[in-house]
Amino acid sequence: MPPVAPRSGDAIFTSVERVNAELFTLTYGAIVRQLLTDLEEVDEVNKQLDQMGYNIGIRLIDEFLAKSNVSRCVDFKETAEVIAKVGFKMFLGVTATVTNWDADGTTCSLVLEDNPLVDFVELPDTCQGLYYCNILSGVIRGALEMVSMKTEVTWIRDMLRGDDAFEMQVKLLKQVPEEYPYKDDE
Amino acid sequence: MIGVGKMKLYSNVLDRPLSKGKQEVSLSAFAFLFSEMVQYNQTQVDNIAELERRLEDAGYAVGARVLELLCHREKGNRRETRLLGILSFVHSTVWKVLFGKVADSLEKGTEHEDEYMISEKELLVNRFISIPKDMGTFNCGAFVAGIVRGVLDNAGFPAVVTAHFVPVEGQQRPRTTILIKFAEEVLRREARLG
Repeated sequence: MPPVAPRSGDAIFTSVERVNAELFTLTYGAIVRQLLTDLEEVDEVNKQLDQMGYNIGIRLIDEFLAKSNVSRCVDFKETAEVIAKVGFKMFLGVTATVTNWDADGTTCSLVLEDNPLVDFVELPDTCQGLYYCNILSGVIRGALEMVSMKTEVTWIRDMLRGDDAFEMQVKLLKQVPEEYPYKDDE
Repeated sequence: MIGVGKMKLYSNVLDRPLSKGKQEVSLSAFAFLFSEMVQYNQTQVDNIAELERRLEDAGYAVGARVLELLCHREKGNRRETRLLGILSFVHSTVWKVLFGKVADSLEKGTEHEDEYMISEKELLVNRFISIPKDMGTFNCGAFVAGIVRGVLDNAGFPAVVTAHFVPVEGQQRPRTTILIKFAEEVLRREARLG
């Protein structure tokens, strides 16, 4: 069977079922509000959002690979491009741009101009340390870990704190070769 | 640079132009998010009633905001004062905006004067959820019940709203009914308005 060509983010987005972004935005806001009431500490909320994102990411990667038909990425550069162009478009309906590559190609920035998670949101003074979109960093970390890449994702720019865009720095820590789960002699 | 990020132009979030509401995200993104919400809440409670209450409270906040948004955008800031008016607003406008279609049916309860039911063959939020047998009558539609309660409460029609599964002949998955029980004062006011 000839290999199926990878589909563009737009094509996949139009073919999947979609829901109103406002329902998504408001539900996410309700989650953050619940976390803030329960945990009270902004750092705890950041960690919990990252953990929730991680849980989503490890399952999201399956759907991503199934629907997008991308072939194995040759290097981290291609991985970042695929996440920005296909991944974000497929799930959130927006594309990101990849910038700020460092010398050895292990760190880059994903820049989001448009972010459906933060419509109607403003951070009050009591929550200035909150990374509202931290779930996204967890999703990327979880998804990449399932394809053998250990990464660290941090926020560089955050529009809710007054910057002009959302920028995440994705740093590849190491490639973990896939472990064969069974011993050969058993 | 001017115009680089549309959010930066406005220092106050209330000054920003309101979006048309046509932006979409994938259903799976919403389903993942909702499942994480339910899972997180499961760790915070000891029993099913608490879990339903927490989902409902989350939905209440969504409903309050949806009402404000839709009243401004869809209805030109007109306020509903009649019972049937607000019910058809929920059944048509709210459902259409949130779930992409009007609700399957709106019925008046036969046993009690103050009960109304909105039914849906398959609630969007329940599509990828299966309830284990030991959780009994738990319904994640409690989130949607919360949204309806939020809309009604903030529109001046306090009510108790719950979600129930109703098994249907010939269908594998049961239908979901959102039961709305209005408070006394609403019925009294409605009778006075004639």
